Parts: sequence; structure tokens; C-alpha cells
Amino acid sequence: MNAIVMMVLGLGAMFLGYVFYSKFIAEKIFKLDPNFRTPAHELEDGVDFVPTNKYVLWGHHFTSVAGAAPIIGPAIAVIWGWVPAFLWVIFGTIFFAGVHDAGAIWASNRNKAKSIGNLTGDVVGKRSQTLFMIVIFLVLLMVNAVFATAISGLLIKFSSSVVPVWGAIFVALIIGQIIFRKWMGLGAISIIGVLALYALIWAGPSFPIQLPETVMGISDNAQWVLILFGYAAIASLLPVWVLLQPRDYINGLQLFIGLILLYGATLLLGPEISAPAFNSNTPEGTPSMLPLLFVTIACGAISGFHGLVASGTTSKQLDKETDARFVGYFGAIGEGSLSLATIIAATAGFATLADWEAVYSSFGQGGVSAFVEGGANIISQGLGLDVGISETLLTVMAVLFAGTTMDTGLRLQRYIFQEWGNLYNINWMQKALPATLLAVGSCLLLAFGAGGADGSGGLVIWPLFGTTNQLLAGLTLLVITVMLVRLGRPMYYTLLPLIFLLIMTVFALIVQLKGFYDSGDWFLMGLDLVVLVAAIWIALEASAGLTKLRKEQKAQKQS
Amino acid sequence: MNIQSVRRWFSRASDLANEFYNAPYRSAIARAKRDEDDLFMLLVFSEMMGVPNPAAYYTLELQPLMLERFHQWHQRMGMEHSPLDHFRCC
Repeated sequence: MNAIVMMVLGLGAMFLGYVFYSKFIAEKIFKLDPNFRTPAHELEDGVDFVPTNKYVLWGHHFTSVAGAAPIIGPAIAVIWGWVPAFLWVIFGTIFFAGVHDAGAIWASNRNKAKSIGNLTGDVVGKRSQTLFMIVIFLVLLMVNAVFATAISGLLIKFSSSVVPVWGAIFVALIIGQIIFRKWMGLGAISIIGVLALYALIWAGPSFPIQLPETVMGISDNAQWVLILFGYAAIASLLPVWVLLQPRDYINGLQLFIGLILLYGATLLLGPEISAPAFNSNTPEGTPSMLPLLFVTIACGAISGFHGLVASGTTSKQLDKETDARFVGYFGAIGEGSLSLATIIAATAGFATLADWEAVYSSFGQGGVSAFVEGGANIISQGLGLDVGISETLLTVMAVLFAGTTMDTGLRLQRYIFQEWGNLYNINWMQKALPATLLAVGSCLLLAFGAGGADGSGGLVIWPLFGTTNQLLAGLTLLVITVMLVRLGRPMYYTLLPLIFLLIMTVFALIVQLKGFYDSGDWFLMGLDLVVLVAAIWIALEASAGLTKLRKEQKAQKQS
Repeated sequence: MNIQSVRRWFSRASDLANEFYNAPYRSAIARAKRDEDDLFMLLVFSEMMGVPNPAAYYTLELQPLMLERFHQWHQRMGMEHSPLDHFRCC
């Protein structure tokens, strides 16, 4: 089949989902009210609560939720063939992610823009709130370890990207200063910044940099992991305007440019899909598609991380309640389209089936580097760019996304440690530097503890990261469902996704538990057990809470 | 398409970009600024708390100007009225 057909089908389905399903959800289920006074107006303070233009708000929401995860997940999952990954991304986006994201904004908006964590405490119960904190901490821990591993793998495989990746940091530092000191307007700066980044990408293949294979017995992979965490620790301690803000901005622009390039090149080239529709010839050691597919692709189909963004910052800036549909649902579609582009790159970017099978030689292989290789083939043939430059371009895109997530993730983890320091009166833990070191230490423990001394642990825990992320989404869906039941509205549009997620997550955790047990991987088995307990706990809380609520409502009706 | 409409279009794009650049970090930056302002206020009121201030003669002039901010500060810190004996607030 031609990739253009897949692209048109996928984008068309998501568009129809936005036009019809999101309209139904917004008007009949959430009953978004254009006259509702949103917290952005009610509590307007010019700092946190600011009514914002809906397109600008969509821009932030989309760029903060879309990162490296919607690329890595689908790129790994196409090992089962392109049809399952395609269907899960498309249906997941339409029926799960869109409803979840818009719902999280709505729920928070109706509760003075509280974060989902606090809402869980208010709506469901205190126990669930504690659970929520634990799950968030696990998600952050895993995301940092996974991304460090993914980046180091890319930097080694595509050494031409080392110069532009680190150069981009200097570009961001300079842009940050220029904007902060108001030397130039943002329009001009954006153009200069993007040009500088692309000049670096163009120069990258001429200056490939490789680290020595071992230094003091540390492999090159491990060296990059250490360097990355060193960078992330420093970056997370800097004031946000120095590095994070300009970096985020450039990444946002880069995301749009990357999507346009990938889809444009696919349209011009019209490559055939070389990967099988359903892969009956999966390499040895590949786990069964059911349930692993549903946790391997988390971001891109449904992701709990979105709920944090939606309720943390987006809901505080919502101008009109009806904007939640565009910002939340269309934001999820934006992320779905990034995943779709990844699936196209990782299945249609290879000339023959044999080439594709060589890349996907075992589970966890291929992954994001298959996205880079396949995507580079499509871009270079479709747009006539040099293959080396196209590869560098896509690598830089993936690495910058992952890198920014890492320094934000570490910053958030540091806040959690500082909060614990406050809570339990541990003075040294309340300071920024020791808390950051603790955060880095726990991530390194995971990166090395899970995969041995070469620091390849990150990708082993990818599916585990997926399950934790789905659990977070499950908690958010639970909050939305409870709110809907209290309002006496149909609950099945959020309850069915919730049940599906919980079943798949628990199923996947048990399958993985057995895998870790068989391979004698006690560390990961312990981690898996923690997540499993959390998952079962959520399921119990959900059923107990909902049954109690229904009983109360019945009693009310009778009286 | 004349040069003016291009210019108008560019300034509109620049405005949107500005908003796009600033909005996500507005609160973090405002909070950092507030911390620095609090430190400055501490300097201005340091004499009242028994901390010698060589520039007291000059900072005294600033006190009335800080009244509004001082009010916000003591409320933010969970004190209903001014905690300083010689500086009544509300």
C-alpha cells in the first residue's frame, strides 16, 4: 500500500473525529458553556491566570505535550506490523486522548483551575491523591532514564548530529539573552534562530564527533548518559528564561517545520510501505502484541502526562470554556499526527522488506533510529536533500525534544524532593542543589541498574514507562468520570476508555513481571510490582468510588 | 500585496510569537521577580528589624512608596496586619 493512502486515511479520520465526535463530547457530555466565567477571568492576576488567545494556547499545549515519546513509542511498536500501530494511534487519539485532554481541561476549569493531583484529592479521595504523587514520581523517574538512553543511542549512531545538538544549546542561550535584553523583536529572532539551527544541521555531517569507546572502563553509551545528566542537572538549576524558555520556543518551531517536511516529502514521493501489515515473522523474544501494543504506544494514543499539562497550566489560561474543545482535543490530534508521521517514516522509509527486517532485528531495536533512517530516506528522496543532512535533521529534532523533556523532568523531580524535605522537616533536602543531585542520582540508578554498566537500561523500561503513563491517564479519567456521574450525565464515554486502559495496563504488567522473573531481573521486577500494586489500587478505588456514588444517587432518588 | 500589508502581517506574527514565547513562563518569571522584590523590601525595612542599614537615610524615603507592596507581602505571608511595630499598614 502507498504511504499517501495511510496518511490521508489517518489524518482524515482524526479530522472527522474532531468535527463530529469532539462536538458531541463538548456539547452533550461536558456541556461546555461559552458564558461560564473561567478561572482565567475570575482569578486573573497577570501571572498564573491570564486569558489567552485560543490559537496561542493550543500552540503551547501542543508543543508541551508533543515530545520524543510520541516518536519512540510508535517507532518501536511497528514491529508487530503497521496496521495495529496505525489503528491504535488513530482510534486512541479520537476516542481516548482527545476526550481525556479536553476532559482534563474541563474538569480543572470547573474547579478553580486546580491541578489533577489536587482534584483527585477533592473529587475521589485523599488516598488516591497520595497514589497520584507516587505515580507522577515514577513517570518522571522513568522518562528521564529512558530519554537519556534514547539520546545517547542516537548520538552514537548518528555522530553527525553531535555538533548541531549541543550547538542548539548555545543558539538558545544567545537568543534568550537577546530577547531578555530586548535587543530585537521576536519575529526577526525566530528567523535568525531557525536559520542558525539549520546552518548547524547542514554543517553537522562535516564534523562528526565520536566519544572514545571506553574511558576508565565506561562505555561510550554510558559516557553520554553521564554527560546528559550533568547537562540536565545544570540546566534545571538555571533560571527558566536563560535556557529553557528559548529552547522550548525553538523546539516548538522545529516541531511544526519537522511535521511539514515529513508530510510534504511523503506527499511528493508517495513511497510504498515496505513493512508488513501484520508481522507474522516477529523476531525471537518479541512479546505478544496484546497487551504490549497498548503500553508501548502511550503518548500518541493516550498519555497521562497530557492531563498534567492540561490541568497545570492550560486551564489557568482558558479564555472561554468552549475553547477547551479546540485546545484539548485538537492538541491531542496534533500529537496523533506526529505519531502517524513516525509510523509512515518507520514503515515506508525502507526500500524492501528485507531492509526493514534488518532494522527491526529484535524487540526494542529499530525504535527511534528507524524513525530517523526511514524519515531521512523519505525526505532525501522527496525533497532532494542529502541523506546525511536529512538524518542529522531528524536526529536533532528527536534529541532536542527529549533533551528539553529531561531538563523539565529533572526540575519537577527536584520540586518533589524539596516538597518532601518540607513535609518531613529535612532541611538539606529543601535546598535546590542537593535535591537536584538526589533526582539525578535516582535516575542514574534506574538507567544503569536496569540495563547494566553500559547504561542501556532506559529502553528496557520503555513498556514499563508506558504502563505508568497509562495509569496516570486512568486516574485523570477517573476524576472526569466521577464528576460526570455527580452531574448525572452519561459516564460511558470516559468509563469505557478507563476500563480498557486498566485491563491492558494490569495485563501488560503481569506479562512483563513474568518476563523479568524469567530473566532474573530483580530490580525491574520490583519496580514492576510497585506499578502493579498502584494499578490494582486505582482499579479498586475506581470501582469503590463509583459504586458508592451510584448508591447515594439511588437513595436520593427514592427519598 | 503592498509593503504595508506585509509589514502589518509581520508585526501581527511577531505579536503572536511574543505571546507564544512568554505565556508558558510568565508565572515562573513573575515569581522569581517577586522573590527579588521581597529581598529589596527587606533591605528597606531592615532598620525596623534591628539590622543596621548604612543607607537608612535614603531607604526611609522609599517606605511610603512600598506601602502597597508591603500590604500584599504581609497578606501573602499569612499575617493579617503589619508585623512591624513602627509601620502600621491596614
